[in-house]
Amino acid sequence: MRLEAKNVSFRYDRRQPWVLENTNLSIESGERLALFAPSGYGKTTLAMLLAGYLEPTRGEVLLDGKNLPKKGVCPVQLIYQHPEKAINPRWRLKKVLEESGEMREEVLDAFGIERAWLDRFPRELSGGELQRFCVARALMSGADFLICDEISTMLDVITQAQIWNVVLDEAKNRNMGIIAVTHNKHLANRIADRVYDLSKQEYL
Amino acid sequence: MKKLNRRTKVLLLTILMTVILIAFYAFAVLIPESAVASSFLNAKLPPSWEHPFGTDALGRDLLMRTFKGMAVSMTVGIVASGISAVLAVFIGIAAATGSKRVDAVISWIIDLVMGIPHTVLIILISFALGRGLKGLLVGVAATHWCSLARLIRGEVLQLRSQQYVAVSRRLGKSSGWILVHHLLPHLVPQFFVGLVLMFPHAILHEASISFLGYGLPPEQPAIGIILAESMKYISAGMWWPAVFPGLTLVLIVLLVDRLGDNLRMVIDPYNAQE
Repeated sequence: MRLEAKNVSFRYDRRQPWVLENTNLSIESGERLALFAPSGYGKTTLAMLLAGYLEPTRGEVLLDGKNLPKKGVCPVQLIYQHPEKAINPRWRLKKVLEESGEMREEVLDAFGIERAWLDRFPRELSGGELQRFCVARALMSGADFLICDEISTMLDVITQAQIWNVVLDEAKNRNMGIIAVTHNKHLANRIADRVYDLSKQEYL
Repeated sequence: MKKLNRRTKVLLLTILMTVILIAFYAFAVLIPESAVASSFLNAKLPPSWEHPFGTDALGRDLLMRTFKGMAVSMTVGIVASGISAVLAVFIGIAAATGSKRVDAVISWIIDLVMGIPHTVLIILISFALGRGLKGLLVGVAATHWCSLARLIRGEVLQLRSQQYVAVSRRLGKSSGWILVHHLLPHLVPQFFVGLVLMFPHAILHEASISFLGYGLPPEQPAIGIILAESMKYISAGMWWPAVFPGLTLVLIVLLVDRLGDNLRMVIDPYNAQE
């Protein structure tokens, strides 16, 4: 499978300046791409475009030559930077995981999600613990591509390593494509096969 | 005794108020017809131990009559504000989730209904429907949903822009599923607080419309009817048929209003730590 952005331009409003102009990007199944740029170059916007949260103003986002499906489970899943916003505060965490389909015990174990957490509310867990739920939710949906929008920025180093290890393992086993959006050059070099610099619009 | 914190105090007060209101209503509903039988021997008696609120021109005990009247008014209030609150939820959700045109039309109707004085609008509706219980219920229900609908609309608009709703959509959930599982649970507190705070308005409007003669018929001893009758005798020095039923009405309304405020404090997450 191949996910690509073809000549994508985007602005939030006709009176606003362009956030992205003629951006091209493509990734195959099983590939790991890091998206790197300083703040304000549209990393998150591109991530949202690729996952179908936004529609490009010009150009198109294609999955195997076709537009992303509007209905059903999207094969491209986005994981946000702030897990506390991506989880309904009135839901117990068990329901959060069940939203994406079947619960897989081995994923819970891999992330170190304790069973007692499943009956708690989001505000009773820390950001790092919540982010594991967000990643697990995206993995359990059976996605073919995973876009990680700075998912480990606010985590401590150990949790960061733990989450990335699980994501990369799972990606290898299922031949998923990964796009990691990050500020951190070292992290980008460590996890990705290729690094794309959005500020210069070129591969490093 | 250990000092109670504010939250516990408010909670206890809320429960106490609820119990008082329910007890009052249950007692008033169970008063038999014989308790308000007319007797010309006892007509126009001022307040005494035997008749604490006095008796009216037909010799009926005013305490019992006031209580019965309050029960009728409370029934009207509960039913009307219940209908109104459910209506508000549907209209609010429709405005927030529908197209821009639907939203504009609903917002215009809300402005329209809020722009006309409620009393005038209720009189018109009640009169058009032939007065009586039906006209009154429809009139009160049709005028009280606006502010709650506006609140629900804002709440739903804000909820729909949340990330977890967007995520849910990309996980393949339908709009209906999102409405039931993501949106409605957030609206439950708004609904109940809105309902309780609407109730005193509904009672007061019922009483004033019946007082003006556009609501319940004279044989139904609603509080507004009692107050309207008392006006005939007040110039003759009979103050008790006006004062005591009026005071009871104000007391019950205040009680429900405070109950609604307390309920809001208990449910509102911004006060949860107090």
